[in-house]
Amino acid sequence: MNRKRRNSVLLHVCAIIVAIVILLPFAWMVEASFAPQRDLVGRPMRWIPSHIDFSRYGEIFNGSEGSVGSTFRAAMVNSTVVAVAVVLIAMVVGILGAYAFARLRFPFRKVTLMIFLSTYMLPQIALLIPLYFIVNSLGLLDTTLGLILVDSSLVIPFTLWILSNYFVTIPDELEEAARIDGTSRIGALFRIILPSAKPGIFAAMMFSFLLAWDEFMYALIFTSSDAAKTLPVAISEFAGRYTTDFGLVAAGGILAALPPIVIAIAFQRYVVSGMGVGSVKG
Amino acid sequence: MTRISTVAAPRRRAGKESQRRLAFWLLLPAAIAVFGVIVYPIIRTLIISFFEVNSALAVETPFIGIDNYLQALSSSGFWAAIGRTLYFTVVSTAIELTLGMMLALLLNARLRMRWLFRAIVVLPWAVPTIVNAAMWKGIFNAQYGSLNAALTGLGITDEYIAWLGHPFLALNMVIVADAWKTTPLVAFFLLAGLTVISPELYESAKLDRASWPRIFRSITLPMLLPSISIVLVLRTVEAFKAFDIIYAMTRGGPADGTQTIAYYTYVRAFSDQNFGMGSALSYIIVIVILILTAIYLKMLRQAETSLV
Repeated sequence: MNRKRRNSVLLHVCAIIVAIVILLPFAWMVEASFAPQRDLVGRPMRWIPSHIDFSRYGEIFNGSEGSVGSTFRAAMVNSTVVAVAVVLIAMVVGILGAYAFARLRFPFRKVTLMIFLSTYMLPQIALLIPLYFIVNSLGLLDTTLGLILVDSSLVIPFTLWILSNYFVTIPDELEEAARIDGTSRIGALFRIILPSAKPGIFAAMMFSFLLAWDEFMYALIFTSSDAAKTLPVAISEFAGRYTTDFGLVAAGGILAALPPIVIAIAFQRYVVSGMGVGSVKG
Repeated sequence: MTRISTVAAPRRRAGKESQRRLAFWLLLPAAIAVFGVIVYPIIRTLIISFFEVNSALAVETPFIGIDNYLQALSSSGFWAAIGRTLYFTVVSTAIELTLGMMLALLLNARLRMRWLFRAIVVLPWAVPTIVNAAMWKGIFNAQYGSLNAALTGLGITDEYIAWLGHPFLALNMVIVADAWKTTPLVAFFLLAGLTVISPELYESAKLDRASWPRIFRSITLPMLLPSISIVLVLRTVEAFKAFDIIYAMTRGGPADGTQTIAYYTYVRAFSDQNFGMGSALSYIIVIVILILTAIYLKMLRQAETSLV
């Protein structure tokens, strides 16, 4: 009993240390976004700011046309548009395809699935040059539509993978019962499979959103102005240009990190289940 | 009996037909997306790699065969980038797998407020790569970075260190930033594997009074092998492709010290506007990734048979 208690205390101490290591860098970034510049650059640095300074957030939210703030706000809108559109496209396309892989028997099923999955292994850079030519010839350079198209394809293999593994775990009998009652396959997909696959669907949506929100290389090459530039590109430009004002970079970074953090924490339990089906099934 | 089977057989065949047709239509959208933006470009890249393609699209592009590849393989910059990539890949994967395993066990343990702990661990994974890179760039900053402030404050060092100012040091600092973000992801992956190990295995081991390290070695580790191997493949591939974090933290510098192969390829293709060379380099990355994946899969198969 005593040993058990000691182990438990030890585990909790480890957990607290890990939590601190994880939170410390992020906490410092939050602090830097609020601390007066003077406190940050002084030596020794003031760990506890002399007062709270909202000016960077003000600059980001109210900055006039052509300022850092307006670029950031445009990027926020572009990122949201791209991520939401990518999630919608990838979910619709992914659900249809995943149903085919999980429930239907057709020739070259395994090979087709492998081709879809192996596209993940390809480095984005190996697709970048022809894609640049294609996007350019379609007149979609520097448009959110262009980004939505290329990002969706990046995300679709993931949704196919997560969803088809999930659909397989739903008992056949449920669907068969509905089909005997006269429901078509597509009807059964929407009425039986989708409601029972909720965890898989949430996991797939979350992964798609994070992937699209995080995507950098395509956005860097295919966008150049506020019309389509996404947050990662805007932040990397901030970080390059305002090297002396880390507070501004920090404020932008926190705003850019908030949506994915909120989503990841809200859907936290699906992180494990989303990966679980994948790793168990291989 | 016979009557039923003769009736059922054609219907089953018709069912197969309709399944095929339905599968075709259901997969068509995914196939178009993946073919148009992945399969077709990867073939185009192969073709471009055999031409001398410079800058503008209109320029005449003579076919030069494998010259781009030969030129790449004979340049010292390429081999230096490969060396840095291998270092980055091996060190970051080793760190992330080791820490990730420990973290997974901790996440799986009986903890008070486990939900809070899990929510904290999810955080770095959710932070966008570029934000993570910008954050660590700030922490490592030579003048106002918090790492220098903390180290001098604690009396560990006397002077401020330019963490990203020395080529080899900078590479290691990029690894630290990468590990902070990625270890939680690895941990959740392994946790998913841990949760499917049946508790009976542990209970019978406890009845045998097996020690903790022994339980880990003979139950946890072998049962996690499939998850570990998948993580190993995914992390190696990811590390080999590392671009965002390097772009945002160091842009390949100082003195090319953090120029890994993906970044090197990006510079050759887009800064030098040498698309032929960029394509050849891309293909070299693809080939290396394929070889590594094949080796891992073979190792996994051997490990599995040796367990049986």
